Amino acid sequence: MNRFIAMAVAVPLFVVGMAASMDTPPRVVTISAKRFEFTPNQITLKRGEPVTLRVSAEDRDHGFYQKDLKIDLDLTPDHASEVTITPDKSGRYVVICDHFCGSGHGNMKMVINVE
Amino acid sequence: MSKPFDRRKFLKVSGMSLGVGALISVAPALGAGGPAARVRDFFRRRNGEVVKPFTLVQLSDAHVGFQGPPNPTGTKAFERAIDIVNGLNPQPELILFTGDLTHEAEVPGEHARRMQLFQTLTSRLKTKKVLYVPGEHDAALDNGVLYRQFFGETHYAFDHRGVHFIALDNVSSGKPAVGAEQIEWLKRDIARYPHTTPIVVFTHRPLFDLRPDWEWFTRDGDDVLNVLAPYENVTILYGHIHRHDVHESEHAMHYASRSMIFAFPDPTTTGDKKPVPFDKEKPFANLGLQSLAERRGRLGVDDVELSLQEFSGTDGVQQILKSGELL
Repeated sequence: MNRFIAMAVAVPLFVVGMAASMDTPPRVVTISAKRFEFTPNQITLKRGEPVTLRVSAEDRDHGFYQKDLKIDLDLTPDHASEVTITPDKSGRYVVICDHFCGSGHGNMKMVINVE
Repeated sequence: MSKPFDRRKFLKVSGMSLGVGALISVAPALGAGGPAARVRDFFRRRNGEVVKPFTLVQLSDAHVGFQGPPNPTGTKAFERAIDIVNGLNPQPELILFTGDLTHEAEVPGEHARRMQLFQTLTSRLKTKKVLYVPGEHDAALDNGVLYRQFFGETHYAFDHRGVHFIALDNVSSGKPAVGAEQIEWLKRDIARYPHTTPIVVFTHRPLFDLRPDWEWFTRDGDDVLNVLAPYENVTILYGHIHRHDVHESEHAMHYASRSMIFAFPDPTTTGDKKPVPFDKEKPFANLGLQSLAERRGRLGVDDVELSLQEFSGTDGVQQILKSGELL
């Protein structure tokens, strides 16, 4: 009997929890890009946690590219671009600007740490 | 990744080893009979060319207009390279320039002035058949508009003495990419050739993932290599990385030429992409040539560092900086 009551309580709570989880939008991390830097230049994400990266270009076209994390954004100054990722492997991932933007372009990068 | 390569000194001038890019001797396996004969006959029918060995030079990354601590000598190494090439005997039949001819400029008109200076310098070359592809510093900011005014199309193909040459542009879209349209063009271009045809591709960025976080890659490089995969003798010459490198992929050999402005460090041992500091004791150290010679139907590479003993040391640097005629 007690087991039945426990199940009766637990199952709806689980379902509610699932629904709440599904309704909760991913955490948003905002990043800005300008020649020749990303701000912030380092972020830390949790493995398995969906996160939306919202990236805006302040001055001109840039790129936002990380092959292993399947991040590939074209950035233009008129609107923010977004990608939602759920990293499944811990590690240090270097994101580069892959749209040539001038002499310092080759070192325009940031780091995503996944823990 | 890349593997060490057998070094040997190739070009000796005044007792010193001097490097200016890549000296290439092409003598494809075009002997009598078999696939080689079919290639020879193909080219004879196609353009009447007589197949015979020849030499060519690859130059890369002059960055005309660059000013900065990594190299305060400006175009001196490039000018020296031109003198070395002009001293070769026999003269190369072709000179391939694999991008970053110039350094971009913010001031209106300045980039055009740099391209004009580049052309003035290269007009000194005795060899007049000089072919170019752009680097990102030439063509990525304006999608190649200015580059085309000076140097023509950014991708094209031609035949020379039994070798099919393909110039690929992986910079002018702004991205490190060749693009679907150019890849379709490539498919159509090489479809006409027997699979045994020797092919030399010259481009700016590496077509494989050498160091993607340094942007040493081409996003759709695999697609290009897949198109080339049926061909048995493919050599890819590129620049961009400012250092000598040899890489073997399943169907092609990839050779990077040194720069004529400054070097980048070894990506396998260094985390940061910073130019190798200028050494006033060896002002042209880390610049230089790789010379290529045909070996058993493939091109072999010799990397020779540019070292100018007469200009070493502080006095030598002052000579370079103050005199426009020394080199």
